[in-house]
Amino acid sequence: MSLLGEDIVTEDGLFVVNMGPQHPSTHGVLHLKVWLDGETIHKIEPHMGYIHRSIEKMSENLSYRNFIFATSRMDYLAAHINNEACALAVEKGLGIQATPRAKVIRILMGELTRLASHQLWWGCTGLDLGAVSPFFYAFRDREAINDIMEETCGARLTQNYVVPGGVMFDIHPNFQKRTKEAIANFKRNLTDYDKLLTGNVIFENRTKGVGILTKEDAISFGVTGPTARASGLSCDVRKWFPYSGYENVEFDEILATEGDCFARYMCRMAEMRQSVRIIEQLIDNIPEGDFQEKTKAVIKLPKGEFYQRVETPRGELGVFIVSDGAASPYRVKYRSPGFSNLSALSTMAKGGKIGDLVAIMATIDLVIPDIDR
Amino acid sequence: MKEPGYFKTIYLSVKSLLTGMRMTGYYFTHPKETHTEQYPDNRATLKMMDRFRGEVIMPHDETNEHRCTGCQSCEIACPNGSIKIITKQEVNAEGKKKKAIDTWVYHLDMCTMCNLCIVACPTDAIKMGQKFEHSVFDKSLLKKILNEPGSKVKSGVE
Repeated sequence: MSLLGEDIVTEDGLFVVNMGPQHPSTHGVLHLKVWLDGETIHKIEPHMGYIHRSIEKMSENLSYRNFIFATSRMDYLAAHINNEACALAVEKGLGIQATPRAKVIRILMGELTRLASHQLWWGCTGLDLGAVSPFFYAFRDREAINDIMEETCGARLTQNYVVPGGVMFDIHPNFQKRTKEAIANFKRNLTDYDKLLTGNVIFENRTKGVGILTKEDAISFGVTGPTARASGLSCDVRKWFPYSGYENVEFDEILATEGDCFARYMCRMAEMRQSVRIIEQLIDNIPEGDFQEKTKAVIKLPKGEFYQRVETPRGELGVFIVSDGAASPYRVKYRSPGFSNLSALSTMAKGGKIGDLVAIMATIDLVIPDIDR
Repeated sequence: MKEPGYFKTIYLSVKSLLTGMRMTGYYFTHPKETHTEQYPDNRATLKMMDRFRGEVIMPHDETNEHRCTGCQSCEIACPNGSIKIITKQEVNAEGKKKKAIDTWVYHLDMCTMCNLCIVACPTDAIKMGQKFEHSVFDKSLLKKILNEPGSKVKSGVE
């Protein structure tokens, strides 16, 4: 039997299955070609490019002020952090720093983004593994954070709130009150989360010991973020290469050693508590002053190469700008966390069952536009 | 991981099922704690946040005057090319020639609501509106002309 000139059953007797863009358990449009031996996974090949929008190439024709907006569409669940990475790279080139007030606002917004992203991941993980109700509870809590974003930034997902030198406008008068309410609610709801999913026997059986990623593999594939930290690899950019004043706040880097799906799950759950801790430290201590450093109307970076990395909810995002001295970048390269994390999928899933693949994909927390860009 | 026994597994499964059902039951019996908004039935009371970005609008005052001088800063600032300004030369009362806008074309279908044009405007002529229900059947209806017919620039706005 053959399909498009390719054998559905290979010479070794492996059965080729397309886990295609239409599969309901994948978020976004990722096409996985899976070689199966019975129900056991032999090999996985991710096929990408379904939502490639050439953001890198587009940026070459946009000015340094304008190219930031497009990065909101890369990792749409962490748009604020993507924007921040670009702004920091431009600031590095200009040799300026954001004002102290802007820095604190950026951290607060970044951690709120991380919370919102992890909540959505928590809901979707439950949904992928057959539990529907977590999805609704996660979205309820995420809604509070989206409201904060809407009130201060003007948009719920694609905020475009960060500009080189600071933030676009000052925080809304209600921001502190609303954030405190949302955080207080969220802390109470976290116990519900644990009740619903963490202690659930079906969930534990489906995730414990499944999709193990060793520390060595994590290093060799360039895996970052909670996925790597669950394997014991310390790689939190906020700790190792602090930016925006993360060196002044107290938080722990969450590490686990098991490297399986449950460890990745617990890592992210613990990270949410750390984000809450960071927000609680800063919410009453926003320094007074300007929210934006004065920059020229047309930003021109000096000739050279500038690299900035930040920690998104999924891992390390790197922005690499090559400048030839003009008003728009000569070349922009994004090192997206999802792309590297996806490359380890085949190693993680090899030898497992096809049902485990969904659990592994859910706990890597893939955001497909981030992979394709 | 050590496998629990047969009866232990049954006990744990029933227990975690009941834990989940208890939470669901709690919200079922406490409808005030749910957060669902009855859109579109609540349209009359639905108020968007004041900074919410729904579309670009150009406010006109009661004498049909706007604040746009036709400097085209917004057109340059727009990353998608969704703003096109056609200017004309006008002769004012003193006989001097002055640049003014003829049509301020706004392509809503290309706009990503990034707010860069509003930030770039030196005279605060445009701002973001809160309307968000933009669906139409014909794509050409999304091309809008923001300056009203017969309007002119407010005196004193440079």
